[in-house]
Amino acid sequence: MNTSAYRTKSRRGQSVYAPGPGEENIESHTLAILVRNEPGVLARVIGLFSGRGYNIDSLSVAETDHAGHLSRITVVCSGTLAVIEQIKAQLERTVVVQEVKDLTVTGPYVDRELGLVRVVGQGEKRIEALQIAESFRARVVDSTLDSFIFEITGTAEKVNAFIDLMVPLGLAEVSRTGTAALARGGITERIKE
Amino acid sequence: MTPKNAPGLKTVEADKSKAAPAKKMTGAEIVLRALADQGVEVMFGYPGGAVLPIYDALFQQDKVRHVLCRHEQGAAHAAEGYARSTGKVGVILVTSGPGATNAVTGLTDALMDSIPLVCITGQVPTFLIGTDAFQEADTTGITRPCTKHNTLVKDVNDLAGAIHEAFHVARSGRPGPVLIDIPKDIQFAEGKYKEAADSMAHAYFPKTDPDMDAIEAAVELMAGAKKPVFYTGGGIINAGPAASKALRELAALTGFPVTSTLMGLGAYPASDKQWLGMLGMHGTFEANWAMHDCDVMINIGARFDDRITGRTDKFSPHSQKIHVDIDPSSINKNIRVDIPIVGDAGKALEAMIAVWKKRGFRADQEALSQWWKQIEKWRDKKCLAYQGSDSIIKPQYALERLRAHLAKDKRKQFISTEVGQHQMWAAQFLPFNDPNRWLTSGGLGTMGYGLPAAIGAQVAHPDALCIDVAGEASILMNIQEMSTAVQYRLPVKIFILNNQWMGMVRQWQELLHGERYSESYTDSLPDFVKLAEAYGGIGLRAETPAELDGVIEQMLKTDKVTIVDVRVDQRENCFPMIPSGKAHNEMILAPDASQFDKKLV
Repeated sequence: MNTSAYRTKSRRGQSVYAPGPGEENIESHTLAILVRNEPGVLARVIGLFSGRGYNIDSLSVAETDHAGHLSRITVVCSGTLAVIEQIKAQLERTVVVQEVKDLTVTGPYVDRELGLVRVVGQGEKRIEALQIAESFRARVVDSTLDSFIFEITGTAEKVNAFIDLMVPLGLAEVSRTGTAALARGGITERIKE
Repeated sequence: MTPKNAPGLKTVEADKSKAAPAKKMTGAEIVLRALADQGVEVMFGYPGGAVLPIYDALFQQDKVRHVLCRHEQGAAHAAEGYARSTGKVGVILVTSGPGATNAVTGLTDALMDSIPLVCITGQVPTFLIGTDAFQEADTTGITRPCTKHNTLVKDVNDLAGAIHEAFHVARSGRPGPVLIDIPKDIQFAEGKYKEAADSMAHAYFPKTDPDMDAIEAAVELMAGAKKPVFYTGGGIINAGPAASKALRELAALTGFPVTSTLMGLGAYPASDKQWLGMLGMHGTFEANWAMHDCDVMINIGARFDDRITGRTDKFSPHSQKIHVDIDPSSINKNIRVDIPIVGDAGKALEAMIAVWKKRGFRADQEALSQWWKQIEKWRDKKCLAYQGSDSIIKPQYALERLRAHLAKDKRKQFISTEVGQHQMWAAQFLPFNDPNRWLTSGGLGTMGYGLPAAIGAQVAHPDALCIDVAGEASILMNIQEMSTAVQYRLPVKIFILNNQWMGMVRQWQELLHGERYSESYTDSLPDFVKLAEAYGGIGLRAETPAELDGVIEQMLKTDKVTIVDVRVDQRENCFPMIPSGKAHNEMILAPDASQFDKKLV
């Protein structure tokens, strides 16, 4: 474990009458959590975040290894380094949690989000939206005479940028997944057939 | 980071060819069989609609005994008292809905203090779950944050495995409560029993062996220390009696002073000269100053709770810190440490002893003798001194007299407490020389804990002397357990320091809230002597210091549950005290109380 990560001043654990925490660096980390796929497992992980006052920026979860009864939860969370370390330690000691990887620490990783973006407009704006979509490699998955639904995949920043550009062009509705992420390279074991 | 579950241990498949096909049993029979196989002798509980099949199976066997408590919270605390006093897993059996919700306080208490419990709750039948059925509650949902693990069993063939796993999880690593919710139809359904050895499908194996490099580094740091202190906690108690022995050996080898948290009392003998007393908010002057001024702090099995550290940014500013904890999430949670060691307290202590001996270390005797001189100066403050009285019983005096009588009593002694001033005084004034003898609610601070906990200890140790040091407010929170004590002929002694106030609340209101005593006075208290008699127990009372010795003598001789109503000084405060949010060196002693900064709030 990287002990230098602990060198930041602890934010939690102040007594009720003590002065509150000072300004500290907030970081965003992407955690890949392998959990036993059993009822209530998502509630347990989410409850840990809400119960201890940690922030979740995005979340995605699905069964990824049917034979091994494993699900993968990808959480993007933010906090001071000390808080991030606490989050990992708290997750790791949970009985249903098999493994926790901090992808932000362990090295290069791929992260993707998928967004569905409904844009309503006509004439120039409609053409403009289509052109921007093309440059973002967003696909048109539904179309009427005065609307599109674009499907865009990419990092959260890319999806954000696309949505921001659609605002003046008739952005109507957005649905997006949380981040899904995997470490780069061939390091992990294969899922059993 | 490596996966915490060791490979190869993942699935232990039962050898199906080996045994004849297992006889089918009902879910309820499976529960009792699994409990018996786990070595359970006693459980604490309260029946109700959704657990009737299990109670029926209980009736038809004789391996597991059941103690009927009078409230599910009482059952949970009794199981905790049983677990703390024996080191075994405590077991509770309660019904769905209110049965489960009433047990929640006990489960949370066990989680905070790392007490191994298995709680079996009945649930409405599976086909009624989610329909707002009678006595339905989302038990696994409610208890998820207050258990180490919990599970709802929906298939009778999973039941035995779930129970075996619950015991394994409850006692492995950092112990804690595990709950199994069993719908009524699953209790009736027939299924296969699984042996414990065949049930570790999802084995959970937390790390207990300390990292030897870290141990070496820690021992080197200790050997060079000039002002060291051992700061020990409940982790040593949980690691078993061998860990307490190892602590004593390491302390003797090094000659370092030892202090302990509330939870760790008894791991090191209070009668020893290296003992500084308890530390923390109401700890001794010498213990807190030693923590503040030390250069090497060796934390074994304690978790830098806010009642210990006070203000964290002024906590022990000049020390290098070693922290041994079985729970990695305790490390660097509140206080950053220099040498973190994840592992079992006993194993870590033994490893430290081995390294100390192997490398022929010797403490810096000159520095250490200077350090002890300084400690003696702090001791000379006599921080636990109080103003005596001939006419009024001082609570401290009552406990000193109790201590004197206990010293003459040959029986094994277990002391439990409720929560408040009396708890802190008990921790300060009673001697704890052995582990597992001190039963108190530390983390959660649960009023009403002491009586059922003493009952649990007495069930486990019928010939021992079990005393609940109580306050008159706390005792009323689970007073109904008097009835349990009478039914099972448990001669628990309840020593009430009765000042008619919620003493600790009153103390904070006096010192921190401008003497505005909002709702902390208890009017119309019961007559505790008559109350004891009404339950079928014995009631005694002491109103003057002169009566005290006679009453204590009588109490120690009774063979039934006994309440002693000791009328103590109403205005006595508990000192020393570190106001919360202050540092260890800002401690207040009794004579300084008038200088207390009342504008603090």
